[in-house]
Amino acid sequence: MFRFIVRRLLQLIPTLFGLSLLLFVWLHRLPGGPETAILGERSTPELRARIREEMGLDQPIWVQYGRFMKRVLSGDLGTSIGTKRPVTTEFLERFPGTVELTITALIIAVGIGIPLGYIAARRRGTWIDQLSVGGALLGICIPVFFLGYIVKEVLAVNFGWFPTTGRQDVTIDATRVTGFFVLDGLLTREWDAAADAIMHLILPGIVLASIPLASIVRITRASVLEVVQEDYVRTAEAKGLTEQTVRSRHILRNAMLPVATTIGLLTGSLLSGAVLTETVFAFSGIGAFIVEAIDRRDYPVLMGFIMIVAVIYVLVNLLVDLSYSLIDPRVRVR
Amino acid sequence: MTLTGRKKEKIDRLGELAGAPEESGQSLLREAFKRLRRNPAAIAGAIILGLFVLIALFGPFLVPHDPVEPIGVDNGEVRSGQGIIPGISGEHWLGYDHQGRDEFSRMIVGARQTLWVGVVATFFGLAVGSLVGGLAGASYGLGGKWGRRLDGFLMRTVDILLAMPSLLLAVSIVAILGRSLLSVMIAVGMVSVPVFARLLRGSMIAQSSSDYVLAATALGVKRNKIALSHLLPNSLAPVLVQATLTLATAIIEAAGLSFLGLGNPDSAAPEWGVMLADAQGFLDVRPGLAIYPAVGIIITALGFTLLGEAMREALDPKLRK
Repeated sequence: MFRFIVRRLLQLIPTLFGLSLLLFVWLHRLPGGPETAILGERSTPELRARIREEMGLDQPIWVQYGRFMKRVLSGDLGTSIGTKRPVTTEFLERFPGTVELTITALIIAVGIGIPLGYIAARRRGTWIDQLSVGGALLGICIPVFFLGYIVKEVLAVNFGWFPTTGRQDVTIDATRVTGFFVLDGLLTREWDAAADAIMHLILPGIVLASIPLASIVRITRASVLEVVQEDYVRTAEAKGLTEQTVRSRHILRNAMLPVATTIGLLTGSLLSGAVLTETVFAFSGIGAFIVEAIDRRDYPVLMGFIMIVAVIYVLVNLLVDLSYSLIDPRVRVR
Repeated sequence: MTLTGRKKEKIDRLGELAGAPEESGQSLLREAFKRLRRNPAAIAGAIILGLFVLIALFGPFLVPHDPVEPIGVDNGEVRSGQGIIPGISGEHWLGYDHQGRDEFSRMIVGARQTLWVGVVATFFGLAVGSLVGGLAGASYGLGGKWGRRLDGFLMRTVDILLAMPSLLLAVSIVAILGRSLLSVMIAVGMVSVPVFARLLRGSMIAQSSSDYVLAATALGVKRNKIALSHLLPNSLAPVLVQATLTLATAIIEAAGLSFLGLGNPDSAAPEWGVMLADAQGFLDVRPGLAIYPAVGIIITALGFTLLGEAMREALDPKLRK
């Protein structure tokens, strides 16, 4: 197990190196540069050249890449061109929002998806099966931003049940400890602040959960359908075990492997930022910030954010692989 | 069972034993197609797509109004700057859009461009992904030690592509190529490249250990020929299923790019994704302007997904009787 983890972490190094090289060359190929974003289209070529020189962008690309890697290896991701603040600070400020949103979406998707998929499989062909399969199909086919606007218009604007945008009401003067607004509220015992942050998470969470929910329902249903046909399930039922025991010990546990894989992949992609949902709800996370950074050609932000996200993606998938042996003891990680 | 029924069965059996009808084997594809025809979801998907393609092909010749020219301005119905968008009427079935153009005509004509975006994007992803995945799969399956190395290199590259958030990949591609219809198609297609590559590779590796490959190798067939005329045709089924499903996501992702302001800048030529993105500013005034293209996209995506899922089920050997 230990060797497995070490080997996977070592494999991360060439992948990250390749990604950084590819990304660096790729980003610097973007037409225009940060100087245009700073100075505007009408600036003189001399002025632009001076800014490029100041930022070291006039050097050959491998020199720039070498400098970048040297900085990164000493733990410095550089300073954002757009906001003039360290990339690490920017990341730490925005990533908690993304994490909170991801957790909310996962709670909704897993909490509803697994029971619904299970019930759909056990009652195959009934109305509840058809409803959940149909709903899952619909969930995949609705453009996320459209769903976001509909949900926002109806539940937030018309009924006023939820706040429309942001992570927390601006009038709340909450103490910041970790940057996770809900956690902060709980830690400092500012219950209204925590409750308000939770209310801000619900709508974007629902919208972001739509596609993961659909995939989890489908995977769970398919996996349970396969497992219930197994002999050991029939044996367990014939032995007279309660339905609850058969369900939790025999069916769900064996059906969870593909579901865990799906959840892992979904978590990885959710953590890389939900650009569309964040934009609809003006939610401060990393997704919308990265898109802005592409617009501004903010190279340090792009490199830093995407590299960190890639590391997290790989780590989440490692955790998923490790969880296999917890779910199914027959699986040995080597 | 009645006596006559049993008797009939007996006679039939005797006829069979007499060797009258030869047992005809059914090809995998024919069998799959047969199952597909019996699946109501597949039929529903096929009907939706049939209608969509018909509208895309013939719609532009049938529309009641010009989809590009504003019509209302002349007769004073649309007063620009006052935020009045005329609604549904007998003459204009879905009302006007925000620039005073006939929404119904735009919906009909938009089907063609929407289909075109989906098809080109998917084809791009399919072509590039199959090239990479096919090369990797064939070299892993047939190429020995060096083949495995080539496969390893190709797949690590695909992994890097996969580690990059898909929408960001698309956004940066549009940024490099500049905003145009073509760059939207390439960006959306590029996102699906790793999926196709992994799928075809996996499928080819699975096929490469089958008996017919062994037989072909024993007969001295060249490896290139085995890969192209034995492995590839037998591995394509899951890739084609995926392509059907990707057509749905491609249309949705193109709409997402438009929403971020990175879609086709030429909004004169109607396309559902662009129409939906444009309508976001008028949700309070005329929610219909967003709902019509959204419903169009959802129904079309549903059609592709239904058909794709049904195809996957039909081709799944585990579900065969």
